[in-house]
Amino acid sequence: MILGKVVGNLHSTINHPFYDGKKMLVVEKIEMDGQTGSGYLVAVDRAGAGPGETVLILDEGNGARQVLESKDGPIRSVIVGIVDEIDVAKTP
Amino acid sequence: MLLGKVIGTVVSTQVYEGLQGVPMLLVQPLAKDGAEKGAPVVCADGTRMAGPGELVYYEGGREAAMTLEPWFVPVDHAIVGIVDGVEAPNWKGGPA
Repeated sequence: MILGKVVGNLHSTINHPFYDGKKMLVVEKIEMDGQTGSGYLVAVDRAGAGPGETVLILDEGNGARQVLESKDGPIRSVIVGIVDEIDVAKTP
Repeated sequence: MLLGKVIGTVVSTQVYEGLQGVPMLLVQPLAKDGAEKGAPVVCADGTRMAGPGELVYYEGGREAAMTLEPWFVPVDHAIVGIVDGVEAPNWKGGPA
């Protein structure tokens, strides 16, 4: 899974039927130094995340389909959690 | 999924049998603020309704092959949907 920061909402009415009624968010990928780089993705929200929040993103098809209980949905990125805290141990 | 802007259409009659009738569009990938970034890719149009100038979101890899009916058609990029709007602080990508 990867860490990301929610940028904002994405609205779409004409889409693949699998995505009907699903909330989609634009999410920046967080680098190891905590900053956001140029990486981003559009993910389906399953944790009730909102703009500005740090989130946990499952970025793999099979897992995403399992979370969304679908056998053949074209889905890869799903927000599965909202992160409260990240501690990175300083190696000596 | 990533954001892209449709910049053209690709027509080919001599194709692998699984790809007959699949609309192909030329898509310019966009960065997170809507600026153009990277080389254009040819996407199969899963919605069959996107046209040049429209803002879309597309998926790559196996999930792209799963957007078409019957799924598992041999494509590596496919448009999943057309974007009506993006609410993001520094977004400049429209839709047009």
